[in-house]
Amino acid sequence: MADWVRVCPLDEIDPEDVIRFDHAGRTYAVYRAEDGTPFATDGLCTHEQVHLADGLVLGDAIECPKHNGRFNIRTGAALRAPVCVDLRTWPARVTDGHIEIEIPT
Amino acid sequence: MVMTAEPGGTEPGGTAPGRDYALTGRDAVRARETGLANADWYRTEIPRKTLKALMQRRDGPALRDTALWFALLGLSAWGGIAFWGTWAAVPFWLVYGVLYGSACDSRWHEAGHGTAFRTDWMNDAVYQIASFMVMRNPVSWRWSHARHHTDTIIVGRDPEIACMRPPNLWRLLLAYGGILDMIHSARVLVLNAAGHLSDAEKDYIPESEWPRAIRAARVHMAIYAATLLAAIAGQSWIPLMLIGLPRIYGAWHMVMTGLIQHCGLAENVIDHRLNSRTVYMNPVSRWIYWNMNYHVEHHMFPMVPYHALPALHAALKHDLPPANTSIWDAYAEAIPAVLRQVTDPDHAVRKPLPPTARPYKEVPGHG
Ligand code: FES
Repeated sequence: MADWVRVCPLDEIDPEDVIRFDHAGRTYAVYRAEDGTPFATDGLCTHEQVHLADGLVLGDAIECPKHNGRFNIRTGAALRAPVCVDLRTWPARVTDGHIEIEIPT
Repeated sequence: MVMTAEPGGTEPGGTAPGRDYALTGRDAVRARETGLANADWYRTEIPRKTLKALMQRRDGPALRDTALWFALLGLSAWGGIAFWGTWAAVPFWLVYGVLYGSACDSRWHEAGHGTAFRTDWMNDAVYQIASFMVMRNPVSWRWSHARHHTDTIIVGRDPEIACMRPPNLWRLLLAYGGILDMIHSARVLVLNAAGHLSDAEKDYIPESEWPRAIRAARVHMAIYAATLLAAIAGQSWIPLMLIGLPRIYGAWHMVMTGLIQHCGLAENVIDHRLNSRTVYMNPVSRWIYWNMNYHVEHHMFPMVPYHALPALHAALKHDLPPANTSIWDAYAEAIPAVLRQVTDPDHAVRKPLPPTARPYKEVPGHG
């Protein structure tokens, strides 16, 4: 069952940045794009299971810290080798100044 | 960086007594069983804000360096051709050779990581050109280098181990002439172009990428064939001096800097401070090498672009063994270690850490 889960106050993540969020035994990457919009994806790179939150947000892309593979943070699409498998995305929104994401609870 | 995994190995393909460097061999299985493959490596703690600032991409430094690179290539090629047949041509070809046969490696490497430029098509363009110059398949080497970062100097996993043990000193010396590496690269190119990938290549390249790797090899082959035809038709060595041969006569700087990245240091560890070497170098070598002398730092944080590596080094220094003070100093450390490995393949240099550093991350039963 999926539910909206509060992650953190909006200003805890800079625009064009990412944090790691662990919940119910799973790990997520929660982003703010350049314009401040929040997004969420699975937290581990589909190439070798590295935490994407240690990576770098470049515009709409997250670059993995291990081999510089990239994904689109809005769609999860794999953009750059060595990643080939898309990343799962999760709905995100801002409520009362906090980022919330809709994930299995 | 990156050496084609042959210079100091006992055999192409890499099977040494006691150690099996083949990616599909005994040590590959062992690395997976013991958790050395795809392990959790030591990283120096660094505040996220500092790291984020260091990781930022810029176009400026690489645009400047690439413009200078092409300008110097053009100028030295002009001199070599203008003075062809006289001694005055020699210095021009020497410069052209290093710019082509050595600088191509660092450009290939940095653009392959996607860190040279902020603008991605620029990374791709330089990567394709440099891959051709360094005679590496632009598709397969992306994957090979990813593996080198996942499993740095893990026997049976890393396809880019330049100094295999026990070392073959003759091959290491010959590596400076660039010929062995060139023969190996040309062989791989011909095989790839003929539609054949080795078992090792199949191990680290996903199957979906195999056709692209074969196509890329065919494009490279076509350019080399055209160069050869131009040389024959014009009854001149000049086309080959410009394309292909610099990979032999200009590779010495790439080998000189590449061999000290890891040689003489540990195998089968999960702490880059034990298997990689940071070496202070003169500014010309650093420009040719695009700061890959900060090799421990690069392996720990491959997202930091080459132009920010000196700053990353300053931020991590307290946690790293002291850097070698010069290329000479690095060889003074590596050569005795490699010589000792002839009779004692398990020997490796282990450097003391400064009191400010966290202890080495050890793997029980390895190192
Ligand atoms: S682990 Fe993410 S690109 Fe390799």
